[in-house]
Amino acid sequence: MSEQPTEKKAAPAGEKAPPGGLRRVLDEILQGSWLVTALAVVLALFFGAIMIIVSDEEVRGTFSYFFAAPGDALSASWTAVSEAYGALFRGAVWNPESSWNVATAIAPFSETLTEATPLLLGGLAIGLAFRSGLFNIGGQGQLIMGAICATLVGFTVQGPVVVAAVLAVLAGIAGGALYGALVGLLKARTGAHEVIVTIMLNYVAVSFLVWLITTDAVKNHERNEPLSKSVSEAAELPRLLSWLPEGGGSLRLHAGLLIAAAAVFFCWWLLNRSTLGFELRAVGANPTAARTAGMSVGRSQIMAMLISGGLMGIVGATQVLGTANANNALTPSIDAGLGFTAITVALLGRASPVGTVFAAILFGALQAGGRAMQASSGVSIEIVTVIQALIVLFVAAPPLVRGLFRLKGAGGSKAALASKGWNG
Amino acid sequence: MSKGIRLAAGMAGLALLVAACGEKPKEETSGTTANSDYKACMVTDTGGIDDRSFNAASWAGIQAGIKQVGGEEKFIASSSENDYVPNITGLVKENCTLVVTVGGLMGEATTEAAGQNPNQQFAIVDSPTVEGQKIYGMQFNTAESSFLAGYLAAGMSKTGKVATFGGMAIPPVTIFMDGFWEGVQHYNKTKGKDVQVLGWDETKPKSGSMADHFNNQAKGKSITQNFIQQGADIIFPVAGGTGLGAAAAAKETNGKASVIWVDTDGCEFASQYCDVFLTSVLKDVKGAVENAVVNGSKGELTGGYLGDLENDGTGLAPFHQFDSKVPAELKTELEKIKTDIVDGKIEITSPSQPKG
Repeated sequence: MSEQPTEKKAAPAGEKAPPGGLRRVLDEILQGSWLVTALAVVLALFFGAIMIIVSDEEVRGTFSYFFAAPGDALSASWTAVSEAYGALFRGAVWNPESSWNVATAIAPFSETLTEATPLLLGGLAIGLAFRSGLFNIGGQGQLIMGAICATLVGFTVQGPVVVAAVLAVLAGIAGGALYGALVGLLKARTGAHEVIVTIMLNYVAVSFLVWLITTDAVKNHERNEPLSKSVSEAAELPRLLSWLPEGGGSLRLHAGLLIAAAAVFFCWWLLNRSTLGFELRAVGANPTAARTAGMSVGRSQIMAMLISGGLMGIVGATQVLGTANANNALTPSIDAGLGFTAITVALLGRASPVGTVFAAILFGALQAGGRAMQASSGVSIEIVTVIQALIVLFVAAPPLVRGLFRLKGAGGSKAALASKGWNG
Repeated sequence: MSKGIRLAAGMAGLALLVAACGEKPKEETSGTTANSDYKACMVTDTGGIDDRSFNAASWAGIQAGIKQVGGEEKFIASSSENDYVPNITGLVKENCTLVVTVGGLMGEATTEAAGQNPNQQFAIVDSPTVEGQKIYGMQFNTAESSFLAGYLAAGMSKTGKVATFGGMAIPPVTIFMDGFWEGVQHYNKTKGKDVQVLGWDETKPKSGSMADHFNNQAKGKSITQNFIQQGADIIFPVAGGTGLGAAAAAKETNGKASVIWVDTDGCEFASQYCDVFLTSVLKDVKGAVENAVVNGSKGELTGGYLGDLENDGTGLAPFHQFDSKVPAELKTELEKIKTDIVDGKIEITSPSQPKG
């Protein structure tokens, strides 16, 4: 299979990209081939298997007499790994052991899609910023601001389902978008680096959230825990599969998936079919050239952060309005680390809307399956986190993967320059 | 690669080979337990299984319970709050007889799972029993034991000033501060003294000192140093790991200031600071969970559990190194107050107390 430079067509000015280590690493990742990604997944699962073997005390025990009875160690390792990955598969895709009816048959995949929904939205948000040449580390803050606005509207507005939920989601978008646009504004006006600004604004958002849920107007007076009031039932995103008989009520897939699907289409259209999207990509590829061509770099950066923040705001809204959090209310850690996981999803998805769909589903499956793996075979959920990290690590180091699998590729020499730090 | 590294790598490889040359151990026939069908499972909150706090205590309770009645134990860890619902459902699917959840933030997730699985028995730490569902709540009225701590602090203070601060202004925290404050007021009333409480006043909850963190020792230290400068000599931090900063600050005063620890016995939890811990306000999560596991094996868990001074679900830890410094008279008074609280002669007014 040959390399498919997905990005070449999209970024005409990409060949003259400005210097900068970070930018170069990004380019390297975004232009890598899909074959490398697939192999990275395989490699990560392989190293995950080694970790499962090493972390299992019983299996480790059999290695202490490896030469006396090597069969023991090998079969114990095989059992541990196959049980763990078997449970992962049963938790994420299909469980042949479950009793046969529609609801239980699709339950694992429903979990996968439920987990993938926020990752997809978040991945699109970070990916859009990448394409515009911006590294948005502020997903956490934008997500929190979106969650706050969605909750405030969610417990205030009492109305029919569609109205209340739509208003709450719109509020979430507005909260995240404004918080993101603030970063774009600072970058455009003062040149402040978005990485620094977004990280600092994360702290601001977290502290604001912790303060807000202890105020009388917002806190839940009936509960002892640090919780805000719950959103009204009308504002909750409806479950999509609750109509299925025999257990449909426990399927957590919710309307957030439809919003995410719409967001994929929107981002694809924006980047590939709209004037604004062309400007974003041009600025991302080469700001100097874009400015010479008469585009407003500042305006593009503000717009990119506005949209990126808005998408993150939807993640915040689904956190409180969806089925992720049974309280349907703000808690001090409502972000659940999604602002950062989204970065890895965007990298894996090559910052393209379609690629992000696959990356989000893969990570969602690992998340849903990882829980099943922990519940049934006692393998720590941290292994899944490591597998996710390894996938991105291998994707970020294409020469390594190409070398291991003896593939031909052009990326080798370029990537050697990648470790020089950033000045983008 | 330098020669040194090569040598080290070679030695490590050799060590691995030698380690792999052991004898095969004899097959062990595991004795079948009396109650092998019983399975007690637990979902941790985001603190993890080794948080040295209530997750660890709950897990120790499950292990102790299973040791008594036989069966299997299992826990799964939550890495974020998004894990609560699927983790609880996951354990139900694993055929656990009893599913223990930890912390009030999991209350709603437990209720949701109980709604979908009406035959499953649940138990929850730090949250009330739910009417009409099989959720056995375990709560602790720590205002009672904190009352004793407040009285003790007032009696032990040389400066006439004691202090407390919390991790966050939420009832599970302020219940301790209320009890402490009330204990000091009780001392003032019965002795005609005027010992002041810095950092908290039950009647003015807005003005309390809060660290806003449960794991920020630097913040705990600076708050405590501030209190010490204002003349306080006994500090009661109700802020988890942040409280370790208070212990560090007290240690720097070389015996002038001391600390009352919270939840666990400070001399076991943080033994390096044992010489500054006057005592600790205990919350026996382990015992409560152990009982739930044992009773759960015999049949349905009904009602709920409220740990108080009467059933030793909460109380004061031993004085350890302060034992000789606490006057015998004060110890007798504390015993008397304990009986008075149990008998209802002393009424505790904290609004944060669990309602049974």
